[in-house]
Amino acid sequence: MAGDLWDGRIVVVGASLAGLRAAEALREEGFTGPVTVIGDEPHPPYDRPPLSKQVLLGQAAADTTGLPMRRDPDAEWRLGVPATGLDPMGKRVLLADGDAVPFDRLLITTGTRARPWPQREEAALDGVFTLRTLDDAGGLAERLAAGPRRVLVIGGGFTGSEIASACRERGLEVTVAERGPGPLVGALGGTLSKLAAAMHRAHGVDLRCGVTVTALRGDDGGRFTGADLSDGSRVDADVCVVALGAVRNVEWLADSGLAAGPRGIACDAGCRAFDMYGIVTDDVFVAGDVSRFPHPLFEYQMLSLEHWGNAVAQAEVAAHNMVHAGPMRRPHLSVPIFWSSQFGHNIKSVGVPTFSDQVVIAQGSLEARRLVMVYGYRGRVTAAVTVDMAKSLEYYERLIETAAPFPPAAGAADRPMAAEVPIPSDVPDPKGLYHGPTVALTGHLPDRRLTVVRPTG
Amino acid sequence: MRMQIVVDLTRCQGYAQCVFLAPGVFRLHGDEALLYTPAVPGDQVERVRQAAAACPVQAILLGEGVSAGGR
Repeated sequence: MAGDLWDGRIVVVGASLAGLRAAEALREEGFTGPVTVIGDEPHPPYDRPPLSKQVLLGQAAADTTGLPMRRDPDAEWRLGVPATGLDPMGKRVLLADGDAVPFDRLLITTGTRARPWPQREEAALDGVFTLRTLDDAGGLAERLAAGPRRVLVIGGGFTGSEIASACRERGLEVTVAERGPGPLVGALGGTLSKLAAAMHRAHGVDLRCGVTVTALRGDDGGRFTGADLSDGSRVDADVCVVALGAVRNVEWLADSGLAAGPRGIACDAGCRAFDMYGIVTDDVFVAGDVSRFPHPLFEYQMLSLEHWGNAVAQAEVAAHNMVHAGPMRRPHLSVPIFWSSQFGHNIKSVGVPTFSDQVVIAQGSLEARRLVMVYGYRGRVTAAVTVDMAKSLEYYERLIETAAPFPPAAGAADRPMAAEVPIPSDVPDPKGLYHGPTVALTGHLPDRRLTVVRPTG
Repeated sequence: MRMQIVVDLTRCQGYAQCVFLAPGVFRLHGDEALLYTPAVPGDQVERVRQAAAACPVQAILLGEGVSAGGR
C-alpha cells in the first residue's frame, strides 16, 4: 500500500495558491510521478490579497501579482480550461474542452468565486464589478484611475471595506451600503464593527448601514448610473462594486458522489474528501477555500475558511497525506489566522471570533484605534483580534491552543480596565448581512439553538 | 526571468526591516500594514534578497513565478 502511493498520477484541480503550494509540497515529499494542475483562469497562479490593495491603489498592475514558486513543481499546467466533471469510477477529471484527465489521486483546490449581483441584467451594466480575479481587479483599477464621480460598494465585509479604503486614498467619493448593522460585524462582532464604522466615517466614506440596495440603474447605453436603496434614497455613482462574499466552486462535482454543496466539500482532518454518504474516500483530497473540515478547538464543527494561510497549510497537509498511508498521515489542525489592511490600520485575527459569547478589550483601547480584543466562549479563549498590535497575536494564539480561561489573566503592561469587563460578542446571524463571515462554522453558531420547543396546550 | 515576491502576512508582525532594506519594494501603510510590489524590479533583487534574509519572522518568499506554457 505505502509503496503504491509513490507511484501513479496526481491531478490537482485549481491553479491558485493552494494548488501551487500542494504541487510544490508533493515534490518536497519526494513524489516523482506526473503531476497535472488544471485551472479555469488562463493565468499562472497569482496572489489575490494585493488585488484589493496595491492594485486598486494603482501601485501595482493587476497582471504583476504572480506567486513565486518555492520550488518548480515540474507539473503539467492545463490553464484556461475549467473542469466540468469528475468520474469517480473511471478516475478521470472531465474538462470543458472535451478532454478527460486520468488520475490515481486527485486534489481539489477549486476555491471560491465572487458572489454576483442577483439581478443578471443589472449585474451586466457597464461599470458594475465584482472583485476576485486578476481580470476583475484590472478592469476595476482602470475605472478608478479614470476618476469616477462616486463609487458604490455593496457589502461592508473585508473586501468591501478594503475597496472603500482604496477609493478614499485615491481621493474618490465612495458610498458603502451594508444590510447589517455595521461593517465587518459578521466576522468580528458588534464592538469592532463600531470601530470599523468609525474608521470608514473618519476617512470620509458615506457609510449606509441597515439598508438594502433594491435596484441598480443604468442609462440607455447600458452604463451604470446609480442605485436605489430601501430607505427611499438614491446613490448616483459611475462605478459599483458588488462585494457580497464568496460562492464555492463545487458545481462541477454535482454528479461526482462527493459531499459537495454550497458550504464546500466536506473532508476529514487529513483532507480526504467525504462522499455523499459520509464515507471517507482514499483517493480524493481537498484543500483551501473550497474545503470544510472538522476542527477540535471548535467542538469538531466543520470550518470553512477563506484564508490565505489556511490554503497554504492545508495544501501542505493534503500533499503529505496523498503520499503517506495510515498512521503516517498528518491532521490539519492549525489555528485560523487572517489579516486585512484598511484605512491605514492592520487588522489581524486568530481563532474563530464568531465562535464566542463574550469579548474583552485585553490591551489598548477603541479610542486609540490600537487594541487587542479577546473572544471567549463559555469561559475559554476562542479568538483574538488585533488592530495595529500584530506582535501580540502569537501570545493569544497560544491561549486559544491551550483553551485558556476567559477572560484572560492579567499579564500585559497596557492592560486597561476594560479587560475586567466582558461584554457580549454580539455576532449577528449572517443571513441578515450583505457580507458573510470569512470563517464559517458550517455546523451552528454556539449561542444559537437549532430548534425551538414551543409547548402547546 | 522576472522575480516575484509574496509576503506571508499572517506571519508578518510589522518589524519593517524590509522597509529599511528595500524601500523601493516594501512600504508601511499606517503603523504596521505592509504593502509591497509583487514583481521585483531587476535592480532591486539583491536588496529584496537581503530583506528576506533579515525578516525576523521569515515571512518573505522571493522566487520565480510559474511560467506555464500550457499544452
